[in-house]
Amino acid sequence: MAPVDLSPLEKSLLDIAQRGFPLSPRPYATLARQLGTTEDAVLAAFRSLQTQGVVGRIGAVWAQGAVGSSCLAALKVPPARLDAVAACVGAHPEVNHNYERDHPWNLWFVVAARDEAAREAVLDSIAAETGLPLLRLPMEHGHHLDLGFAIDWSPSAAIKENRA
Amino acid sequence: MTDAHLTDQALIAATEGGLPLTATPYAEIATRLGVSETAVTDRLRAMLADGRIRRIGAVPNHYRLGYTANGMTVWDVADDRVMDLGAAVGQLPFVSHCYLRPRVPGLWSYTLFAMVHGRSRAETDAHAAAIRALLGDALRAGEILYSTRVLKKTGIRTAGRQPVKETS
Repeated sequence: MAPVDLSPLEKSLLDIAQRGFPLSPRPYATLARQLGTTEDAVLAAFRSLQTQGVVGRIGAVWAQGAVGSSCLAALKVPPARLDAVAACVGAHPEVNHNYERDHPWNLWFVVAARDEAAREAVLDSIAAETGLPLLRLPMEHGHHLDLGFAIDWSPSAAIKENRA
Repeated sequence: MTDAHLTDQALIAATEGGLPLTATPYAEIATRLGVSETAVTDRLRAMLADGRIRRIGAVPNHYRLGYTANGMTVWDVADDRVMDLGAAVGQLPFVSHCYLRPRVPGLWSYTLFAMVHGRSRAETDAHAAAIRALLGDALRAGEILYSTRVLKKTGIRTAGRQPVKETS
C-alpha cells in the first residue's frame, strides 16, 4: 500500500473529528467553521480520507452490549491447522475481529450475538467444530473504550517508522 | 414510522454503515426512517449520554496511518488494585481500549487488557514497559500479544443485515 500523504485539513479533521462529531443539521459546516474553511472543503477532505483508506466511516461507535451480547474468545490452534480453523471460525456471521496473534493462544476473535444465550451457543459450536481449547473472556469492566486516538504527526514518528 | 416509534434498533441499522457524506446527513437518515431530523439527533444525543454510543466521529484505520505495531498487552494484577490501576492505564495516551476480564483457572491468569498502538514494535514495547512501570508491585506477570494477521474485521451487525465492512 502506498504511504498516505495527508493535507493539513485532513490531519486537522482526524485530530478533532474522531469524537464529538457535531449533531447539528449541517455538521460538516460546523467543523468547517471551527477550522476556518468551507463545508465543501471538509466534505472533499473526508471523501479523500475515505478513498485513501485512512477513514473507514464517520458515524457512531456503539458500546459493547448496546446491541446484543459479545465476548472476546481465543483458541490455541496447532499452526498447521490455523488457516482451516480461522476459516471455520470466520464462517460464523456472529464473529468479528478475528486476529492471529503470536502467542500459544494464537487465534483471537469477538462473538457478538443478540443475547448471552445465543452468544454462548456460537462459542459452544466453535469449540465443538474445532475440538480445541477455547477461552471465553467477556468484558467485566471497561476503563477507556475507543474514545478516539491521538495521532502523532511529528517527523520523529515518521523516522521511527522508517527504522522499523 | 412516526417519531414516537423510532426504535434504537432501527436507528442503529440506519447508521451502522456510517453517516452519509452529504451536507445534511441526519436529515437524510431521518428521511430513510420516515421520522423528523430532530428525532434522529435527539436519540443519538441520548444514546451518547447514557453510554450506549461511545463516540460519534471519524473511525480511522490506524494501520494506514503507520500504526502497524498493535499489541494486546495482558497483565496479571492483584485483584484489590486492578480497578484503580486499570483506570490509570486507560488514561495513557497510547492505550485505545482498557478492559478487565475474568481469569480462567488453569488456562489464563491475565485480567487487565490494554490495547497499545505504535509505529514500530520498539515503540509499542516501550509503551508496554511504561504500563509495567505504572503497575509496579501490584503486577505479577504480563505479556504482549502482537497481531500478525487480520483474518476478519467487521462492524457490529444487527440481525438480517449485511455485514458492514471496515477497512482493516
